[in-house]
Amino acid sequence: MELLPTIWFIAIAVLWTGYLFLEGFDLGVGMLMKGFARNNTERRVLLNTIGPVWDGNEVWLLTAGGATFAAFPLWYASLFSALYLPLLLVLVALIFRAVAFEYRGKVDTPQWRARWDWAIVLGSLVAAFGVGAALALTTTGLPLNANGDREGGPFAWFSAYAVLGGLAVVGFSLLHALAFLALKTDGDVRHRARQWFVRLLPVLLLPIAGWAIVLQLQSGKAWTVAAVVAAVVAAGLAWNFARGGAEGRAFLSLGVFLLLGSASIFGAAFPVVLPSTLNPDFSLTVANASSSDYTLGLMTIVACIGLPLVLAYQAWTYWVFRRRVSADHIPEAHSFLPAIAAKALAPKD
Amino acid sequence: MDALEIARWQFGITTVYHFMMVPLTIGLGLVVAVIQTLWYRTGRPEYLRMTKFWGKLFLINFIMGVATGIVQEFQFGMAWSEYSRFVGDVFGAPLAMEALLAFFVESTFLGLWIFGWKQLKRGVHLACLWIAVIGSVFSAYFIIVANSWMQHPVGVEMIDGRPVMTDAWAVFTNNTALVAVPHTLFGALAVAGAFLLGIAWYHLWRRRHDGIDTVGADGKVIPGESEIPGRDRADHAVWIRSLRIGAVVAMISFAGTAITGDLQGKLMFEQQPMKMAAAEAACHDGTGFSILSVGNVGSKNCDDVVAVIEVPGILSFLAKGDFTTEVKGVNSLLEKYKADYGTHLPDNPIYGDRAGQEIQYVPVMEVTYWGFRMMIGFGGVAALAALVALWITRKGTVPASRGLMRLAVFGILAPFGANAAGWIFTEMGRQPFVVAPNPDPSGIDQVFMFTAAAVSPGVSAGELLTSLVVLTAVYAVLLVVEVKLLVKYIRGGVVSAMPELAHAPADENEDQTPPGGAPGKRGADDVLAFAY
Ligand code: HDD
Ligand code: HEM
Ligand code: HEM
Repeated sequence: MELLPTIWFIAIAVLWTGYLFLEGFDLGVGMLMKGFARNNTERRVLLNTIGPVWDGNEVWLLTAGGATFAAFPLWYASLFSALYLPLLLVLVALIFRAVAFEYRGKVDTPQWRARWDWAIVLGSLVAAFGVGAALALTTTGLPLNANGDREGGPFAWFSAYAVLGGLAVVGFSLLHALAFLALKTDGDVRHRARQWFVRLLPVLLLPIAGWAIVLQLQSGKAWTVAAVVAAVVAAGLAWNFARGGAEGRAFLSLGVFLLLGSASIFGAAFPVVLPSTLNPDFSLTVANASSSDYTLGLMTIVACIGLPLVLAYQAWTYWVFRRRVSADHIPEAHSFLPAIAAKALAPKD
Repeated sequence: MDALEIARWQFGITTVYHFMMVPLTIGLGLVVAVIQTLWYRTGRPEYLRMTKFWGKLFLINFIMGVATGIVQEFQFGMAWSEYSRFVGDVFGAPLAMEALLAFFVESTFLGLWIFGWKQLKRGVHLACLWIAVIGSVFSAYFIIVANSWMQHPVGVEMIDGRPVMTDAWAVFTNNTALVAVPHTLFGALAVAGAFLLGIAWYHLWRRRHDGIDTVGADGKVIPGESEIPGRDRADHAVWIRSLRIGAVVAMISFAGTAITGDLQGKLMFEQQPMKMAAAEAACHDGTGFSILSVGNVGSKNCDDVVAVIEVPGILSFLAKGDFTTEVKGVNSLLEKYKADYGTHLPDNPIYGDRAGQEIQYVPVMEVTYWGFRMMIGFGGVAALAALVALWITRKGTVPASRGLMRLAVFGILAPFGANAAGWIFTEMGRQPFVVAPNPDPSGIDQVFMFTAAAVSPGVSAGELLTSLVVLTAVYAVLLVVEVKLLVKYIRGGVVSAMPELAHAPADENEDQTPPGGAPGKRGADDVLAFAY
């Protein structure tokens, strides 16, 4: 077995798991901006729970992508070019979402806010769905030729697995966001989030369970099957904790569920990183898609220094902003701004 | 257009657009960090106001840098998969390090800065901004290391037809990068300088126009007060100080770009002689720097080009540091390139329709010639204007002239233009290579890649065109929104970033209550007003 490439396969699995864990709840909170949040104040409560952290969470995606490029250039090249149009959609979604967070409160009219609210909802939804579809396809395969290029036109990637993976990440993100809101807010929002969590858990976790099971049937190993079973137990615990009002434990159990679920999925896929559905000989594996040992060694050193640091200061951020947010904390903010600006701008004469 | 051309347009448009936000982020970030440090040290109210006002504009711009940066990161794999396969072993590492060591730092600590005004101690809060700003400098370093390897491949060995990294130290201390990084950072500061100068000028002018500030018999300003919140004496200090800082930053950074640019020129002469010749539209070997050349600069037959004004010796000085070295012209280089790298693209399917075609070694000379001059010209004009501005405002305010004010505001665009021109020159001057071969002894001669081989073979022209149209349209819409918001906040002045000014007890009268709303809740949650 190739040691360094295997380590990097694990590292990339960890980065994706970190991404789904962290950005999972902020994507979900984004989707809950309509439907769940009832008025502007509640929307601002939602926004303020993720405001200080969402950009840091998104960097997990960039790091997962960058690490794939550095450690498995052939995987990066084939996956990203084969999924050209869906990734374009993800990019547009992420652009609008990011800009919407910052710009939503900058003009004080309901139409302006409504427009950016939709950008947040749709941006979060499309990004979660697209990332999920891409991850599912990298485990179930794409029609790649000997060079690793997609055959069969711009939509050749489309399959039921893409939909399953998309729904899996959307469902998980929504649930994770409900657990997060129950933990981070107070008052009405907190209670509603917990109620929704308990009611929706089975439905929202169904697709991700489906994806894990498909992979076990395809290439499961004994330990990955065991991980799936343990994940189901963790989900049950999360449900039970939430019902009993133990919000912190419910959130943690759901995190354990994700950890086990993604271990079972990546574990079952190993050592193939991107199967070809045309010919198994064309599949990209840990062995044939990786960079040289020299590069991987360098990256290992960098990761051993960098990753603990990242975890430390991101954890500190959550500590600094540990206070629950509630509707009472939301100031009138800019409602008076236009009046002053208008006055400041009014011609003197 | 074929897939290759569309992919190139897309990369060019999206990167240049990203680089509209980037220099303002880097430059303004540094400036705001310095100003907040001044506030921390002196406690003077105008420094707090400056921190909040410029910080607000910084954030509006920052987010666009983030949003457009993600596209850049994905684009290598999506549109340039052959390139990614070829260079992955060396090129991926700096990109991954940028994310792991720089982007995390930037985004996390900026989040802390935005939301931490009340939660963090003043010193810690200030440190967060500094850490974020240093993070952005590191991100510039890592990405330029990646880019410099394309200009000057080092630290690799060819194994099975691919460059494999053998010496990371060489890659990360590539001399091309070591001069490009400070050059780019100074370029970023030039943008911030002009930005401060133009906007501060507008506000000083506004205060005179509104009759708040007047000018005494000796020509000295007499700062005044108005009943509008935030437009008091401290407000005058905010703008005059911002203007001064901006002008000084603009001048220093131009000197910085000139010194580092000179070093870059010398490396370019060794590493990419064709780019140097194309920058000059010089056909024949010589020593003169053309200030104006006429004729068909773009023509491939470069004997059409006639230098009208030429300063002898300067070209040699740019390239070698003396006044006599002959700099090789396009004609003699062409022979050498043909001999070393072939006259025709190989008959390999990787080149698509272009397989077997003749190689065009001379970059588009209109672009390189004018790009080079626009970079230096715009930068120089901005620096000169900054000097003049310092002189004009020595008595504490700006002239009442509306025309001058407009000039100062539009002058903000000049360093942006210089930056864009610099990149376009650097990148297009490298053509037809995406990884340029380096004839000098320190580079590795046989490591190169033609741009024609870099594009994703599996992606159709239709897909590329779709993304080109979609991204360009999205960017155009967002540009309008961003500029509108910036203008709105700029016009509102300091209060737009510090609504709490409107609640100062002294100002407590009925005018302060907004139509149809209670006065905002105050205290610990004002930070949320700064943030969202
Ligand atoms: C000289 C500096 C420089 C250059 C040449 C580039 N960038 Fe950039 N980039 C930055 C300097 C920067 C920055 C100053 O660090 C930004 C701007 C706003 C920000 O958040 O960081 C940034 C943001 C930014 C982000 C978002 C980071 C986040 O979410 O916080 C990504 C993914 C990239 N860039 C990627 C790229 C790629 C792949 C480039 C090459 C084509 C590139 N940038 C050119
Ligand atoms: C690390 C940073 C960068 C990398 C790795 C990079 C890489 C590339 C690549 C792969 C291409 C496409 C192939 C080609 O046509 O040459 C390209 C083209 C281009 N890049 Fe860069 N680039 C970087 C930074 C920039 C920046 C910051 C700018 C400007 C703001 C820029 C401007 C351009 C332009 C204008 C083109 C089109 C040139 C042409 O097609 O002739 N690049 N670059
Ligand atoms: C006397 C002044 C200047 C000289 C001699 C100079 C020289 C150069 C040279 C030779 C290059 C090409 C490097 C290469 O391709 O290897 C370059 C690139 C560049 N220049 Fe300048 N420059 C000057 C002023 C400026 C100014 C004022 C700005 C911006 C405000 C600027 C921004 C850039 C940028 C962004 C690049 C591309 C990135 C890079 O390669 O560093 N330059 N410059």
